[in-house]
Amino acid sequence: MNKTNQFCTFFVDGIHFGIEVLEVQEVLRFQSMTPVPLAPDVVRGLINLRGQIVTAFDLRTRLDMPDRSPGQNPMNVVIRSDDGAVSLLVDEIGDVLETREDQFEPPPATLDATTRALLTGVFKLEDHLLLILDTEKTLALETSSLN
Amino acid sequence: MDDIVREFIVESYEGLDQLDQDFVELEKHPDDKALLANIFRCIHTIKGTCGFLGFEKLESVTHVGENLLSLLRDGSIALTPEITNTLLKMVDAVRTILAHIEEDGGEGDGDYSGLIAELSRMADPDAAPAPQSEVAASAEPAPQTAPAEPPPDPAEPAPAANPSPPAAALEPAGRDPKGNAPAESEEADEHEGPANGQSKAGKGVSDSSIRVDVGLLDKLMNLVGELVLARNQVLQFTSNAQDSGLNATTQRLNLITTELQEGVMKTRMQPIGNVWSKFPRVVRDLSLSCKKQVRVEMDGKETELDKTIIEAIKDPLTHIVRNAVDHGMEFPDERERAGKPREGVLVLRAFHEGGQVNIEIRDDGRGIDPDKVKKKAVERGLITVDQVERMNSREVANLIFMPGFSTAEKVTSVSGRGVGMDVVRSNIEKIGGTVDVQSELGKGTTLRIKIPLTLAIVPALIVRCRDDRFALPQVSLLELVRLEGESATRGIEYVRGAPVYRLRGQLLPLVYLDEALGLGGGAHSKDEEDEDSVLNIVVLQADEKVFGLVVDQILDTEEIVVKPLSKQLKSLDAFAGATIMGDGAVALILDVLGLAQRARISVGSRHRGVSGTVAGVGGFGDDLQTMLLFQAGKSGRVAIPLSEVSRLEEFEPDIIESADGNEVVQYRGQILPLVRLSRVLGHSSTGSDGGPLQVVVFRVGEASVGLIVDRIVDIVQDHIKLHRSRGRKGIVGSAVIQEKVTDILDVQKAIAASGIDLFEAPASEREVRA
Repeated sequence: MNKTNQFCTFFVDGIHFGIEVLEVQEVLRFQSMTPVPLAPDVVRGLINLRGQIVTAFDLRTRLDMPDRSPGQNPMNVVIRSDDGAVSLLVDEIGDVLETREDQFEPPPATLDATTRALLTGVFKLEDHLLLILDTEKTLALETSSLN
Repeated sequence: MDDIVREFIVESYEGLDQLDQDFVELEKHPDDKALLANIFRCIHTIKGTCGFLGFEKLESVTHVGENLLSLLRDGSIALTPEITNTLLKMVDAVRTILAHIEEDGGEGDGDYSGLIAELSRMADPDAAPAPQSEVAASAEPAPQTAPAEPPPDPAEPAPAANPSPPAAALEPAGRDPKGNAPAESEEADEHEGPANGQSKAGKGVSDSSIRVDVGLLDKLMNLVGELVLARNQVLQFTSNAQDSGLNATTQRLNLITTELQEGVMKTRMQPIGNVWSKFPRVVRDLSLSCKKQVRVEMDGKETELDKTIIEAIKDPLTHIVRNAVDHGMEFPDERERAGKPREGVLVLRAFHEGGQVNIEIRDDGRGIDPDKVKKKAVERGLITVDQVERMNSREVANLIFMPGFSTAEKVTSVSGRGVGMDVVRSNIEKIGGTVDVQSELGKGTTLRIKIPLTLAIVPALIVRCRDDRFALPQVSLLELVRLEGESATRGIEYVRGAPVYRLRGQLLPLVYLDEALGLGGGAHSKDEEDEDSVLNIVVLQADEKVFGLVVDQILDTEEIVVKPLSKQLKSLDAFAGATIMGDGAVALILDVLGLAQRARISVGSRHRGVSGTVAGVGGFGDDLQTMLLFQAGKSGRVAIPLSEVSRLEEFEPDIIESADGNEVVQYRGQILPLVRLSRVLGHSSTGSDGGPLQVVVFRVGEASVGLIVDRIVDIVQDHIKLHRSRGRKGIVGSAVIQEKVTDILDVQKAIAASGIDLFEAPASEREVRA
């Protein structure tokens, strides 16, 4: 949490999240997806991103949040991973925010375990908190949940 | 010129070109050990190879050069401009000799002793301390060597002055009136292929081809794949457009893309001769060490395959060839006795067929002895006696692909360790290929390999299930069946809830794609399908499994670009990857084998329920039994344990003969007595309608008996609860199978009741055999 303090932020179920800006490849509007049967619920489908097939993960499912209301189309935050590009489905895109080191704190202990496990920390912004996601952990699905 | 020599020349030229740069670089950074090591390695390689090929002059020059370089590399002496000069001179000398070799196979009559002396003097550490004083001296040998080059062949004015080999190389190619040069270049091309096309004949061609990194080609291939998809999309958009200019441009784009795709595909294509070229040598060495005489014949070595596939089949092919020589071929004396020429022939044949490449490896050796194979397979516990009995000769031959199988009597250095053919098969199946063996005892063996042309783009059948499209690789596709109306509702039968369809009289297990993929299945009960329903069945084969995949709609066949799934989805065995369709949507590619496993399709091709449990009639407990169900007479529903059955056969009624008052048929060189089961059981037969007779063949002791039944119904696996009955002829009792009361037959008694004396049969049979 030192090299960069710029974060691409977005909202999931009203909560403000951020990912280090360097990890983000691009932000896309809703894309039509091909669902993958038998895959874990988190995997919402496959997206054709200029000829590249990108797996879309729904952050709501990943964070044990209720599903989006019908008609509410998710946005794509495409991030770079070791395995190529991966898309995170979020509700709404926020600003790119610059933060200060002294605003940072580890994830509070009262947070529910699922969310807590996926965070690197929290930035105390003036009027609310910005939760920073650990993308690696977010994308790591226990393989046992497959099939 | 030999292939080896040509290759040597090409490689050496490449190395020398690099050397020139390296030397210049080295002068700037005299301490660069890596550079020195590179140079040393290059010269060392040339020296080693030319020693091997018998080019003595070249060897002696490079040898001293190598000595000097090794001292430099070890740091014993320091690099001076003078040493660099001399080494460069050596490089030039090497070029000159190479040019000679290239031209006429000889080294030319240049005298390089001056250069050698100079090199060895520099390599002498004693001389090193006084390099300054040597400068003058070194100027002396230099002119010596330089003129030493031109004189030998005045016709060639400046081979030394012109270090570029292609210029000299073009001459012989042009001079050759017999047109050998093109033929040579073709051969060389087969050797190295376009990917590293510099090998093209070493003569001049090194100018017209370049080495390209395979990674780059892969990238190009991917990009072209994308372009094809984009093109498809553009075509769809413009199909409704009125603008003629746009339409014309799109058409042009279409054509160019297709051509580009073909072109890029070609860059990755290599003739199969690349792999084959080493086989004559392999066979020669092997036949020498086995004391056999084998000749290799090749047919279709220009057949092209994708580079990745070429790589993948290299080892399996080598293994097969070695096997053919080691196991397949007889010793010359043995062949003579069998009335064959002493020299065996191994034929390699490759050709395109149906979008696939077929490779045949045929030998005229002793063939595979089915009895030996059976015995071995049983001995090694790979298969039960029962299963073996039920196999036909081809199935028996294919047993050699089972893991842990080897018929070699003794383990040789070549083969016999029982690893191999199974690896061969799995390697070939890994790239979507199949392998099959056919053999005739005493005549020879043919191995047939079918592999796809390329892995990146595969032809696939696009089907729809619910709202999504799926791609099925065409390799595993056998046929498409469409059932309409009544046959769609009636055609599907249920064996304990598992749907099956009778495809030409054989039971085809069905898998509903939506159920298999968990897309809200279970909606396929009988009543759900209304009268005008349509059922699309895709008959697929994966491994040994044949099954029907029920899909909502069959759309089209399409060439698809296979893309891997992300690592989070890799463990989904139902999918082999994904692809992008013409309209830009993503479609999943189904993995047929994975689907079969998911749906738990049991092993065993359609009519052979090999998975039967081995149990006698007496052993009716409450355990799982595999039963053969058939009909005898109008109402008789009869079952016997499958393990008792050796084969199911169909006989035309007109081949039935009569012996001793009984009906018999000639069967596998023996006389097979036939028993009409309906008669034994006292049912009235449905009467023969002239169609083939369904016969269940049993082995009773040494003898075989055929039981004529009216219809084979099914093979079921069930818990049999036997209700013994009192003394009905040939019936042990009854049981409920598939929710119907079924008689269980006592084969021995039934046959005895028919009046055939089984105790005679073995004796007569033994005589026949003797």
